[in-house]
Amino acid sequence: MKVKQYKDVLSKPLIEENPITLQILGICSALAVTSNLSVTLVMCVALTSVVSFSNLFISLIRNYIPSSVRIIVQMTIIASLVIVVDELLKAYDYETSKKLSVFVGLIITNCIVMGRAEAFAMKEKPFISFLDGLGNGLGYSVILIAVAVVRELFGAGTLMGYEIFSLVSNGGWYPANNLLLLPPSSFILIGLMIWGIREYKKDQIEPNEFKLSGHATAPDLRKKEANV
Amino acid sequence: MFEHYLNIFITTVFIENIALSVFLGMCTFIAISKKIDAAFGLGVAVIVVCLITVPLNNLIYNLVLKEGALSWVGLPNVNLEFVGLISYIGVIAAAVQILEMFLDKFVPALYNALGVFLPLITVNCAILGASLFMIEKDLKFGESVVYGLGAGVGWAMAIVVLAGIREKLKYSDIPDGLQGLGMTFIIVGLMSFGFMSFGGISL
Repeated sequence: MKVKQYKDVLSKPLIEENPITLQILGICSALAVTSNLSVTLVMCVALTSVVSFSNLFISLIRNYIPSSVRIIVQMTIIASLVIVVDELLKAYDYETSKKLSVFVGLIITNCIVMGRAEAFAMKEKPFISFLDGLGNGLGYSVILIAVAVVRELFGAGTLMGYEIFSLVSNGGWYPANNLLLLPPSSFILIGLMIWGIREYKKDQIEPNEFKLSGHATAPDLRKKEANV
Repeated sequence: MFEHYLNIFITTVFIENIALSVFLGMCTFIAISKKIDAAFGLGVAVIVVCLITVPLNNLIYNLVLKEGALSWVGLPNVNLEFVGLISYIGVIAAAVQILEMFLDKFVPALYNALGVFLPLITVNCAILGASLFMIEKDLKFGESVVYGLGAGVGWAMAIVVLAGIREKLKYSDIPDGLQGLGMTFIIVGLMSFGFMSFGGISL
C-alpha cells in the first residue's frame, strides 16, 4: 500500500497532473529558458532540487509553523535554498549562470515551489513530501525538455550544441526556422502540447462556458429559396 | 533629464514589456485573465506594489548590500550581495503586508477592490523580476522609480488586453481540447509576437 502511494505521488505529476499543463504553475521560466537544451537541463535540475528539498524541510517543521506567518516562513526556506543553488551555479558553471540571468533567482517566486509547499508539504509526512516535490520537479522538466528539444532542433539544427541537421548556411540541406528561437514560439508549442494531452486525457478538457446554437435556420432558408 | 526618464518609461512599457517580452508573472497572468474587471484590479495592485518595492529594493541594494556600500558605517570591505534574493523577497512580502493593512484602515473602498489580489502579489514573479532586472541594469534611485512604474503599467496593460480578448473569445467555436488554457497560451504567443515589433524601435 505504502509503496503504491509513493509511486503515485512520484508518477502522477509527470503527465496526468502536470504542474505546467494542468495546474498552470511555474510557466514563466518554461518560456524564457527553453531556446537551448543544455541551459534548460541546468534550470530543470535547479528547480527540481529546490522544490524537493523545500518540500522536505517545510514538511519537517510543519507542526511548528503558526499559520498566520506561514507564507513568510516558507519564503525564507525557499529563498535560502535558491541562494545555495545560485551560489553553486556561479561557482561551477559561470557561463550558464550568466545565460539564466535572473531566472535562477525567480525560482523563489516560481509557483510550483510555493504551490506544492502550501498544498502538500504542510499536510504530509517528510519523505512523501520529498517524493511529491521530486515528481512535480520532474513533471516540470518533462515539459521544459520537450519544448527545448523542439526549439533547438528545428530552430538551430543542433541539440546541446552538437549539429544534428546540417544547415543550409553551412552547405547542408536544412533551412533553420528562426521563428522557433524567438521566445513567443514556446507559448504556441506549449499550447499545442496541452491540446495533445487533452485529446488523450479527455477528462482534463475544460467545459465550454457558452454553447453555440446549431444552424437551426438552415432548412428554413432553403424552403424560402424554393418558394421563390 | 525628463527626456531620459521618459525614455526609460516607454522602453519598459512597450519594448521590454515585463509580461510579453520577458514573460514574468505568467501564472497569474493566465489564471486571472478571464474577466476584465478582475484583470484591471490585479493590474492596479501590481502597479502600486511595483512602484513601492522597486525603489525600496534599489535603496537596500545601494546602501546595504552592494560591495563597499556599508562604508558609511565604517565597514568598507563587506559585500553582502549573496543575501540579496532573501532580502528582496522579504521587502516585497513586508511591503505587501503593510500596504494591505494601510488600505484596510484608511482606504477601505480600494481595499475591497484589491484585497483578494494583494496576497497573490507576493508570489508574483513580475514584482521580484522587476527588482532583479533593476539590479542587473544598475539603475539610480530616480531611474528605479520610473522603471518600477513602467514595469507595473506594462504588465497591467498586457493583462487587461488579454482579458478583453478572452471575453470576446467565449463566443467562438474552439476544438474541445484547446478550450481554455490551450487557447490562452496560443493567444499570448501571438500577442507576444505582436509586441516584438516594438523591438526595432530605438529611442
